[in-house]
Formats: sequence, structure tokens, C-alpha cells
Amino acid sequence: MSDKETVTTRGTLVIDVDACKGCNLCIDACPPGVLVMTDIEVNSRGYRYPQLLAGCTGCKACSQICPDFVFQVYKYDTPQEHRS
Amino acid sequence: MTLRMAPQAKDPQLLQGSEAIADAMIAAGCRFFSGYPMTPFTEVLEVMARKLPEVGGVCMNAESELEAIGMAWGAAATGTPSATGSTGQGLSLMQESLSEITLARLPLVVLNMGRAQGDYYQATRGGGHGDYRHLVLSPADAAEAIDLIGLAFDLTERWRNPVVVLGDYYLAHTARSVTIPAMKTRETPEWALDGSSGGTRHAKLISPLGTAKQRDDVGYDIAVHYADCVAATNEMIANVEPLAEVESTDDAEIIVVAFGTPGAYVRAAVRQLRSDGVAVGFIRPITLFPFPSDLVARATQGVKSVAVYENNQGQMLDDVRLAVLGNAPVHFIGGLSLDSSGFGIAPDLEVSVLVDRIREVAAQ
Amino acid sequence: MSTSLPTNNPPDEPSRLVDDFVPTLIDVGAHHLCPGCGEPIAMRCVMEAIDERELTARSVAVFGIGCYTAFSNNLDIEVLQALHGRAPSLATGVKRAKPSTIVVTIQGDGDMVSEGLQEVLHAAARGENITCIMLNNGVFGETGGHMTATTVLGQRTKTSLEGRDAALHGRPILLSSLLAQIDGTAFVARGAVNSAGNVARTKKLLLRALTAQEQNAGFSFVEILTMCPTGWFIETEEAPDYLNDKLAAVHEPGVLKDVLGQ
Repeated sequence: MSDKETVTTRGTLVIDVDACKGCNLCIDACPPGVLVMTDIEVNSRGYRYPQLLAGCTGCKACSQICPDFVFQVYKYDTPQEHRS
Repeated sequence: MTLRMAPQAKDPQLLQGSEAIADAMIAAGCRFFSGYPMTPFTEVLEVMARKLPEVGGVCMNAESELEAIGMAWGAAATGTPSATGSTGQGLSLMQESLSEITLARLPLVVLNMGRAQGDYYQATRGGGHGDYRHLVLSPADAAEAIDLIGLAFDLTERWRNPVVVLGDYYLAHTARSVTIPAMKTRETPEWALDGSSGGTRHAKLISPLGTAKQRDDVGYDIAVHYADCVAATNEMIANVEPLAEVESTDDAEIIVVAFGTPGAYVRAAVRQLRSDGVAVGFIRPITLFPFPSDLVARATQGVKSVAVYENNQGQMLDDVRLAVLGNAPVHFIGGLSLDSSGFGIAPDLEVSVLVDRIREVAAQ
Repeated sequence: MSTSLPTNNPPDEPSRLVDDFVPTLIDVGAHHLCPGCGEPIAMRCVMEAIDERELTARSVAVFGIGCYTAFSNNLDIEVLQALHGRAPSLATGVKRAKPSTIVVTIQGDGDMVSEGLQEVLHAAARGENITCIMLNNGVFGETGGHMTATTVLGQRTKTSLEGRDAALHGRPILLSSLLAQIDGTAFVARGAVNSAGNVARTKKLLLRALTAQEQNAGFSFVEILTMCPTGWFIETEEAPDYLNDKLAAVHEPGVLKDVLGQ
């Protein structure tokens, strides 16, 4: 975990929460490790789903590995700085 | 021994039945054929292998009958007029695919050059799973086979349903003076696949499960699709005219029914008996499905008896009995008649033998 | 615990979309395949390859029967549905009748190697200019998880509950290895979809296979190892490792044959 006050974020996602079936493949697939599954919250079908932390690189590993087409991946024109 | 002439020649030629059938398929527009060698179908495959490429068609010697029907299925899906065939055993192997091709609403002409006449049930009831119907045409000789091949391609194109043409060893290997019709070209149907509807948001789909795409609906509904297939089948049956050869039935006291090449022998026996003063008539169903039931029912009103000849244990017999429906007793004068090869040479096919059997029924 | 970022809407900041929910050639994202199933991942990879190579308006996909059949009416390319095991012969008919098409088959291991082994071997030997694609998860998934001809020794399925035993059940067929030995084949490769890196590598294999078909070089084949946590009786997050440790150890990823010049 970085000691920096901010985290450089180059990309972001739109997550179709209700499409997710809670398989967790995206969590391990994400190279910067910025996807975490919800703990208690579940979607309308009863599955936990991923949430995004700062630091996404827009690499689209998640969208390529997701069996349920949950992700839209965007790359910022200018990297954003998020408070960590 | 055949005279090699272009398929579109209008002059008569002396041709083996197999070659006549192959030439007729090409003339009818067939441009894809697949098959696996098996007696007595093999020569049709040989002729198609030689002649189909000459008109820009494709003939595949498949590695099994399963591949043969599969290749024909794929070609048919591209809208290419296609055919395949075999003998009874090979048709047995093809049954699953034939059922599904029918559900996929594809046109296909299927040739069964059978051994004897034991494949009547397989052809008319369908040997595959599920509740489908195939049109079945049964020629008595090479000249009629040419006409029926042309009809088969027309019917299959019109109804998007496979059509079986039921031949046999005699048909394959008897040479006869025949005329091959002029070449017919067929339009590619709008449902055919060629890749081009890809990317249009409505890419075409050909499937035994139906054509409902998820984008337009929730997806496949087998109940709906099968109901559509039943409706299409019923429309087909209602609109395909049953065909039969009928001779001297008006004043007949006994009517004899036979199909296929043995029909020619039975016809000869009937004519001989007529010349001897016996009031005998003859019906030869040409469409085995739809069976000419109304015609048989009307013709057998008021007769003393009906006799059925076929080279099997009694299969068309059922359809005749259903049509006659108790109007007269139905006698079976056929039976399994084979030589040691089992290819369908029938020792019983002698006019004198058939005359005796008919007389026996007439005497009862 | 870091707070999560909003992900309900596209970003307000200037940005570009690099990957949409569904690829262009898949119509609808929703399906009933199991959580963690590798087949939709493979389908995305295949459809993206066809799109990338601009073959959309020339392609016909011939589908076998398996869980993946769910995609047969969900693609924006033309589809012909075959019977279990029979896709290669239908694909042959399509390609021979319409040589301008690009024909791929989508089949599972049960479909292609159990039921349809003869068909794919003969198509390869004939050098048919088609691309057969096998989604290999070592089980008959759609019927509930039974042994196929590619199931590896020790793999538990409903018909090999103690694990596949060579004495009882024989050994798996390594189809790609067989195909690489047949003269009519131009390109034979194995990929996997258990990691983003492997998905990217698999995409390259598919593109190369399509190139082989475009060049009429002969039969092309891509085997794609996919996860089936349901059929493997494991948790979804264990499936990528299981694939590596059990399936990929036997059906080894890589290019087995490539006759195309650089």
C-alpha cells in the first residue's frame, strides 16, 4: 500500500452491478489490485459485486476476464490524482 | 454403356438409371452433392463426382454418411440446391441429422437407392426422432425418376422441407432411353447464409431451435418453434398433390397396389390378366408421402378385394389398409424376395409369379 | 479501508472508452451460464478477433451443442447450428459451397473430441479452409459435468467420481497434438482464458488462425482452455489455478504448428 497522499488514477469503470454473478475473477485479474468485492452488500440477484478503488490504469483486464460483461472501461485523457 | 452428351441435350440417350438420376439432379439445379459409396447408390456419387464440377458445382466424397448429410446440411444453409443420398443403411446413419434439418426448415433432396423395398417405413414415417414429415417420391423407372427428381427440387425449394426420392437396385442399374430436361437455374433464397448480414444487428441464424434472436426476444422458445414447424408441415401436406398411376380401376373387382420398380411388373401382370378377361385394376402410388389415400379410397369403393404387392414384410400395406378402411378385404401378396447378395434382386419379380398370386386372391 | 469510487455512470472528466460492456459482435450480455464460466470469456475473445480482422460481413459460425450454444442466437454474425459433434461437416459444406465466407466452428471438448472426433480429424486431413475452435473445460458442462475424451487423469466428474483412472476410463486425447501431426493442418494452437494475460495471448492465436483461413493455407485450429468451476466441483476463484495445475499441465498451451510465413 502506497504512502503517497494521492494515488494516480489513469482510468475508471462503469460497473453493471446487477449483471455480476460474484465469481471474483476480476479481483485477481486486476494488476493494480483496485477491485474489491463488497462485504455485505449484494446486488438484486443476491451476489456480491466489485467496487473500484483509486489507481485504475484502464488496462481492461477486468472487462476481458469477466464472464458476465459487467465492465465498461475508460481511460482518462489526463491522469487523475485521488486521495488515497 | 452410356452416350456422353451434355446434360442439357434434348435428344434421347441410353442411360443407366444412376446416370439419369445424376443428370436430372444437375439439370434441376443441384450444385452440391455429398455421399459415401454404398451399393446400389455408388454410381450416382461417381457420376456426380465427374459431372458436377463441370457445371461449377461441388461433389464431396464424405468419410461417412454422417459427414455426407452434414456437408449437405451446410451447403443447403447457403441456399445452394443440395442433395445427398445412400442406401437404407446409410440413410439410417443420417436420421438424426435429417430430423434436425427438417426443424431448421432447410431444403434438401435425399436419395435412397434402397435394397428391396424395406425402407418404406423409414422414408414415410421418418426414421429420425421427433414429429416431422418428409415428402417421399417413388419412381418406377429411369424416365419417371428424371421427372420426380425435378419435382423433388421444386418441392423442397417451395416448402423448405427435405424430400426423399426412393429408388432401388433395379432403378440404378437398368439402362433405358431417356431425355434429360434443360438446365434450370434457381434463385438464392433470402434466408440463405453467405456472411453478409453480419454486423447489421440482425445477422441471420439457421437453427433447429428456431430463429428467435436474443436481441429481438428473450431467445429460443422451442414450443413456439415446433408449433410453427407443425403449421408449415400441415400447409405443405395440404398443398402437395398426391400422385399415383391408375389403370383400369373403374370396373375392377380386384385392385392391385404396388410402388417403385416392382410396380412395372405388377402392371404387366395386371394387363395380362385383363387380356384374359379378369376384372383387375392397378394403382401405383408415386407420392408415398402424402400417400394418395383419397384416390385409393374412391377407387376401392365396391371392389371385391384389394391386393398389395411389395418386397418387404408389409409396410405400404398399412397405408393401403388405412385408405381402404374396411371397404374391402386387403390381401398381402408381397413378401421378402431376395437373392443371396441381399442387394434387392427379387426372384419373385416374374410376371407369371405375380399373375398367379393375383389370381389366387381373385378366386377367394 | 479505502473508499470506493463512483462507478454508476461514465466519467465526467475527458476520457475515452477503451472497452465496452459487450464487444460489437455480441448482441446481449446477459446469459444463464454459471458464475466464473470461461466460455463467455472465450466467446468475447473470438468475436473481438473476427471484428478486429474485419471479417464480420463474411463470417459464418457453426455451433456445436454445449453451454456455449447459448450464444448461438446472440451474435451479430451469421450462425448455423449443428448437432453435437457435427459442426466440422456443416462447416465444410458452407465453405465448399461459398468459398468467400470465413467459417469458424464453436465446439466444446465433449462435442468435438467425444462425439465428433471423426469429423474434426477428417476436416483437418482434407485441409478444409475452416477454423475450428474448441472450448476445452474437460467436462460435458451442459449435461451437468461428466467425463469427456479430454478429461485429465485424476479429474473428478459425475462419471469419474474418484477421479479419472487410466485403467477404468482410459486416458485423455490431446486433440491439438493429434491435429498438429496431420498434413492438412496449417495452424494449431492452444490458449486459455484463466487470466487477462492468457486472454490476450489467445486473441493473438485466434487472429493467426483467421489469417491462415484468409490465406487458404489449410485447416486452422485453436483450442481454448476454459474454466468450469461447476463441473470441477470447486469455487469460482479457485478455477483459474485449477485450470493451470490440472488441465494446462496435460493440454499444454502454445503454438503446436504454424506453416504461415512471417
